[in-house]
Amino acid sequence: MLRDRDRIFTNLYGFHDWRLSGARARGDWDGTRDLLAKGRDWVIEEMKTSGLRGRGGAGFPTGVKWSFMPKVEGSRPHYLVINADEGEPGTCKDRDILRHEPHKLVEGALIAGFAIGARVGYVYIRGEFVREAQNLQAAIDEARAAGLLGSNACGSGWPFELYIHRGAGAYICGEESALIESLEGKKGQPRLKPPFPAGVGLYGCPTTVNNVESIAVAPTILRRGGAWFAALGRQKNSGTKVFCISGHVNTPCNVEEEMGISLRELIETHAGGVRGGWDNLLAVIPGGSSVPVLTKDICDTVLMDFDSLRDVRSGLGTAAVIVMDKSTDIVRAISRLSRFYAHESCGQCTPCREGTGWLARIMARMVTGDAEPHEIERLDQLTRQIEGHTICALGDAAAWPIQGLIRAFRPELERRIAERQARDRAA
Amino acid sequence: MSDSPAEPAAFAFTPESAEQARAFIARYPAGRQQSAVMPLLDLAQRQEGWVSRAAIEMIANMLEMAPIQVEEVATFYTMYNRRPVGRFHVQICTNLPCMLRGSDAVIDTVCETLGIGVGETTPDGLFTVSEAECLGACVNAPVIQINDDYYEDLDPTSTRAVLEALGRGETPRTGSQTGRQTSCPAGGPTTLIPPASATESA
Repeated sequence: MLRDRDRIFTNLYGFHDWRLSGARARGDWDGTRDLLAKGRDWVIEEMKTSGLRGRGGAGFPTGVKWSFMPKVEGSRPHYLVINADEGEPGTCKDRDILRHEPHKLVEGALIAGFAIGARVGYVYIRGEFVREAQNLQAAIDEARAAGLLGSNACGSGWPFELYIHRGAGAYICGEESALIESLEGKKGQPRLKPPFPAGVGLYGCPTTVNNVESIAVAPTILRRGGAWFAALGRQKNSGTKVFCISGHVNTPCNVEEEMGISLRELIETHAGGVRGGWDNLLAVIPGGSSVPVLTKDICDTVLMDFDSLRDVRSGLGTAAVIVMDKSTDIVRAISRLSRFYAHESCGQCTPCREGTGWLARIMARMVTGDAEPHEIERLDQLTRQIEGHTICALGDAAAWPIQGLIRAFRPELERRIAERQARDRAA
Repeated sequence: MSDSPAEPAAFAFTPESAEQARAFIARYPAGRQQSAVMPLLDLAQRQEGWVSRAAIEMIANMLEMAPIQVEEVATFYTMYNRRPVGRFHVQICTNLPCMLRGSDAVIDTVCETLGIGVGETTPDGLFTVSEAECLGACVNAPVIQINDDYYEDLDPTSTRAVLEALGRGETPRTGSQTGRQTSCPAGGPTTLIPPASATESA
């Protein structure tokens, strides 16, 4: 279990003052100017040393991403864009950072902006988070008034401004190129890559898009050293992580823990255990709705990090742990996610636009057993015709939960169909 | 019920909204004023209660966009209401984490208490009920959003209490309805536990 002295988010729950004076008392904005005085290359190297992998789901190394930006600003300005469009079902960690630790995000934005040569940053916050955006705006205003942002941020000589852009209810805008389109005042439909945002991003300019948590941990990493962060967790899966534990646990919660903690310890130490005890566990979706479900036998031993979960054909995603006990209708659960992806498909790519609706309709019939046995195979085939055939990963995200369901719970699908057939015969 | 709402003939920002609109536009580089279309649609909706065709045309004019470009944005994003809604827009999350914690009962309770179905508005114009996708407060499920606020850790009793309080013109407490501190485990934190003598609350 992570020691309290290694926790970054000491006000995760908002027990303490989130404003500037409270944040400063907890160590935020301490020596920021000195950190920047060490130069861009030092900042990026230290981030690489930390091994921090992006906390938005994909897990790409943050320091490496920053290094992709042009070293020298050309005719096009550089932009920092922070993805606070948190909407992956199960995920609610950035919400706590925005409302209770906003200064960590503002300070991290300055550091990241300095490292990538950006004088302006935008925080794209999902539209529903009205109160959270208000807290962040208050923190930005305080920082500007205190000279921490502005034409000579922290006295560093680097000018930096940070603005909020509120979304309006489109899950797809969490995809970085859709987010950029949305920020430009358009429908949030993903762009083809390449070119990647580091070359052609916001307004056609070099842009880095990072998740809220990735940015908010940067100041502490630089103050304590990349080696400190790298020593936590496991190799290539280092540091701390905010986990969201929802569903059938006794005390659902967010908690910052060490990467690589076992799923069972995470649930039993912080979330009060599975409702009805560990043996009452049916399955866990370990990283937000887009990753395949794990059956109990895997949950017994699996560790919570990128590579451990990839090895069991799932993923860490956003570290949103959705726990389901034996009372769960697992087919209905996955069917609900299929309906979500059909609703959120942006409509740009045919396999996703048509396919997600098709998946949702077949899944709705699977819930009641109103299907034929061969349709399980057809459903699986359909997911594979969507997966990898779309511009962005939403198609994959719609496919994987169903693939996971068929892999882990095929007998349950067959049982429902057989029961429905028996009922029909009896009638 | 007609498919198209009665469209007002014209729309104009109030002086306060117009000033806010100018501040939003100033957040983006010169010549990139189209970026302000989302904040301006939100402003119009806060003023008018929904986004009318007249508001779309006014915003298009203000940002030098074709009205169809603004219309595209207004219809792509679910938070812009293209028809009037009640004074309280009750949006019930039914996505998986909320479903696992009882959103079926919450949606039934809301519809029963208000006497309307999902997608409908009460005859007095006070409440509109919608089903929402994940609201991003999953460890406090089940959750509903009413206008700008979240009501969390709901059960049928607390759901009914929130709606009835709003109906009486009161301001019910937002956030967790069981009284726990935000996303902290019920019963107290498992980390950073303050010494018994030094408890502090915000």
